Amino acid sequence: MKISYYPGCTLKTKARNLDRAAVASLETLGVEVQEIERWNCCGAVHSLTADDLIHQVGPVRNLIRAKEQGADKLVTLCSMCYNTLARANQIMKNDTVKRDTINRFMDEEIDYAGEVEVVHYLTYLQEVIGWQKIKDQVKIPLTDLKVAPYYGCTLQRPAEVGIEPFGSYALMTGLLDALGATVMNFTAADKCCGSYQVLGVPAGENKAAAAIVNLAADAGIEALATSCPLCEYNLGKQQGQMIAKGNITAHVPTYYFTQLLAVALGLDTENCHFELNDPTSAELLQSKKCLAAA
Amino acid sequence: MTLTITGQTQSIQAIEKLNELSGESVKLCMQCATCTGMCPMALEMDFSPRKVMHMAQFGLMEKLAGINTYWKCASCHACSVKCPRGIDIAKVMEALRQQVLRKSHNYIEPSEISAETIAEMPQIALVAGFRKFTS
Repeated sequence: MKISYYPGCTLKTKARNLDRAAVASLETLGVEVQEIERWNCCGAVHSLTADDLIHQVGPVRNLIRAKEQGADKLVTLCSMCYNTLARANQIMKNDTVKRDTINRFMDEEIDYAGEVEVVHYLTYLQEVIGWQKIKDQVKIPLTDLKVAPYYGCTLQRPAEVGIEPFGSYALMTGLLDALGATVMNFTAADKCCGSYQVLGVPAGENKAAAAIVNLAADAGIEALATSCPLCEYNLGKQQGQMIAKGNITAHVPTYYFTQLLAVALGLDTENCHFELNDPTSAELLQSKKCLAAA
Repeated sequence: MTLTITGQTQSIQAIEKLNELSGESVKLCMQCATCTGMCPMALEMDFSPRKVMHMAQFGLMEKLAGINTYWKCASCHACSVKCPRGIDIAKVMEALRQQVLRKSHNYIEPSEISAETIAEMPQIALVAGFRKFTS
């Protein structure tokens, strides 16, 4: 099996822990990951004004690259990349006027009409590999790890591109369950962490993120699993500061779900780059005896 | 909230422009405030999303130009997915932001961001922030 993969900017640097764990896990599951060539930044956020087509060019160009390279599906991982690519794809598929304008503007590229399907990594795992196959390959079950899926905003909103219906967390629940973890219900799984407001209104963003961490701690959740580098930054990496400011009382380590997958598959922890997470993340897994011996 | 409507503040053209830019129709809003209830940043806003929708319905552009609501919006779409009238409120907020940004006004200055912040923050935070806050 082979897939075309779009990593996005953050996954190549500050979120290597999301990317490397994902690629290594797929390889272990027998999937050849082919990163598309000449990809560029997706733009991070979808343009919400009706007349702004120039910001669709970035994501559409990535989809054109995938089409040129013979892909009918493009698997991606970062929640924001997924959202931006999937929404641009919808415009190209459904809005003939905007599609024609964008295609005419990109006159050095082949025409594009939404032929490539944008697929999130979690959807791919479930539909193509299946939870049972993953369960069969688990070497270190995450037994006793009380973990909750944290979807944030862009995996599910808006509904047209959501990986599953608003309010349902079946995909990540299915995966974590297959990894042997104790999956917890989390009432704030779709609450926004404050997103890019970490740049605009950091104090407000911190409050929104701390409220989520506190809700998790109060519910007895030991860890959160996410697929978004911005959620991980706001919720996970900021926890030391949140504690210093008195906004939270206890750490709730925040992982990328791909790190938990790689750990459970028994992969070398080098693939997980835990040094990029808050230090409590590796400590918790060590205390649960989930990390493979070095 | 009492809205004071005068010949200077109310503008049919402003309503039409906002609708065109957002692709939405603000008159559909029935003022139920579900948007405000869903909003993770409402506490930071001087006027809640519901109040902003009310101002928008009357085309009170002078008033809308001076408030902070749409600068505090995180575009999380929690309001949009729950709006019983089907209004994509995140698009209305974006249109309000863009009306300011397109006059070459930046809400944040990239040159004032510390090197430490740039080194630490994920690229998607910076790119998204620049897209939302700079012209």
